[in-house]
Amino acid sequence: MGSNSLHVLKGINFTVKEGELVAIMGSSGSGKSTLLNILGMLDLLDKGTYDLDGVPIKDLDETKAANYRNKFLGFVFQSFNLINYKTALENVTLPLYYQGVNRKERETTALEYLNQVGLKEWATHLPSELSGGQKQRVAIARAMVTQPKVLLADELTGALDSKTSKEVMALIQEINKSGKTILIVTHEEDIAKMCSRIVRLKDGIIMEDKKNKMVKAI
Amino acid sequence: MFSRDRWLEIFDTIKKNKLRTFLSGFTVALGILIFVVLFGFGNGLDNTFDKYFKDDALNTMWINTGRTSKPYMGYKANRQIEFDNDDLEDISSRFAFYIDGITPRISSSGNIGYKLKSNNYSVRGVAPSHQKNEMTIMMQGRYINGLDVDNKERNVVIGRLVKQDLFGDENALGKFVSGEGRSWKVIGVFQDDGGDNEERMVYVPYTTLQLIQKNTDKLRQIIISYKPEIGYGGAVAFEDKIKKYLKQKKFIDPRDPRGIFIRSAASDLKENDQFKSALSSIILFVGIGTLLAGVIGISNIMVFVVKERTKELGIRKAIGATPSSIIGMIIQEAIFITTISGYVGLLVGIGILKLIGNTLEADYYITDPYVDLNTAILATFLLIGFGVFAGYIPAKRAARIKPIEAIRDN
Repeated sequence: MGSNSLHVLKGINFTVKEGELVAIMGSSGSGKSTLLNILGMLDLLDKGTYDLDGVPIKDLDETKAANYRNKFLGFVFQSFNLINYKTALENVTLPLYYQGVNRKERETTALEYLNQVGLKEWATHLPSELSGGQKQRVAIARAMVTQPKVLLADELTGALDSKTSKEVMALIQEINKSGKTILIVTHEEDIAKMCSRIVRLKDGIIMEDKKNKMVKAI
Repeated sequence: MFSRDRWLEIFDTIKKNKLRTFLSGFTVALGILIFVVLFGFGNGLDNTFDKYFKDDALNTMWINTGRTSKPYMGYKANRQIEFDNDDLEDISSRFAFYIDGITPRISSSGNIGYKLKSNNYSVRGVAPSHQKNEMTIMMQGRYINGLDVDNKERNVVIGRLVKQDLFGDENALGKFVSGEGRSWKVIGVFQDDGGDNEERMVYVPYTTLQLIQKNTDKLRQIIISYKPEIGYGGAVAFEDKIKKYLKQKKFIDPRDPRGIFIRSAASDLKENDQFKSALSSIILFVGIGTLLAGVIGISNIMVFVVKERTKELGIRKAIGATPSSIIGMIIQEAIFITTISGYVGLLVGIGILKLIGNTLEADYYITDPYVDLNTAILATFLLIGFGVFAGYIPAKRAARIKPIEAIRDN
């Protein structure tokens, strides 16, 4: 990009095992979002290697990255990032559309996942008609609908009040319990404590990496 | 491109973003509409032009007489020049090489009646070859012929509107009309592309008219059609020669600019052609200008649309849309909207032209405005092409931008 290059991550070496619920913590500028973006193939790494489920992720062109994202990863963002003119159900079906799944199957599957996050009745509502917590749950359903290997969440409770945050985290814990690997970027201690492992970053290096006794969200 | 799912996705987007769809569609529709209407008007002007200037045969020469302005050979100035019937013979035998047909024209008017109806009409005394000069088309019966002229027959050829006025649906051929206190036999009905006035005209043999009016053989106007083969140069030379000959014959000072006046279509033709080509370039200019405005309009809208959708496109990419599917979606949507609205604009524009028809003829000289379909379709495709092109560039950029950057902006 620019003529100045900035080293954000300076030697990070860690492995996430299947079924872990990892919190990546750090103050802003610590490189936690960059790490998540690289894991999510939304950003490219300059140096180093990244293996996902035994597959080395390298030489990604845009199309390949798009296919990997679609197949292996699910994203949840702080600002939900639902498409505002599509209903909850349509938002959830969209990743399946890009997988080439036929329309009927898309809708059945999406409805199933909306049901799992408790929003089956809200399927035909637009995002503008949903509360923040509901929007985030739609986003979670959308991230889960392709049955990804890893769920990546960037400050997923950042825009929610503490009660709603707990409800959303309870959902995350539930999904984790069913065996899904989840990485959460957060700067809130409460949220981090609800995970099974906490990785603390500072200035691009890992300061601390420890197991945590998971606190139940609710 | 042809997957049903892709279309459904696009229809969905269009349906749920009505304002955006309307704006881009409206721009294209308006562009095409204005193009069609303006271009149609231009063609209408062109039509009027043709109508006024192409009514008479192009290889025609009018010889008119006037008063002299210089004394010559013992004659005083201000003498009225007149031809007589012998001059016709002399001219045609002397200039047989150039001449295709020759006729005098005596312009007059008279009250012509049939049964209870009567009306005033222009009357022209002519010889048979006048038909060629005026490009008169016979609908029924025949034109004035040589025998009519030789025998000074009281035969009359009436215009379509004269027939309509006096006879209505009744057959006019062989009937007798009254005029100048005598009765005349209708031998033909004609039509003329020169407009209503030309069809409110009545033709009679010039000799008959001379006999009735003054019993003279004087003529004031002679119309000659020359052979087209002699070309523009030949026509100019012919004009010179005949002028010289007639001045000599009528004892007019060769330097006198008055006395004999000759007007030929050859000299008019050149001016008309210049005027027409100027008109055509204006029409072309207006057309291109309108299209350009349309192209800029749709380009702007497409850039804006893609900009507005950057975030949405980022989200789509994050959940697995490939760059090509993003570009494809935008382009396909653009093609769809511009094609439909371009077609609508085309139809409305043609409709407006049809509706206007000839209502602007009298005041604005626009006759039968039209756009030939090929031009209109070409213009539509041009706008679609530019719309797509204008969409493609920002779409490509949007497809390349990292999803995280597209999403981050709030």
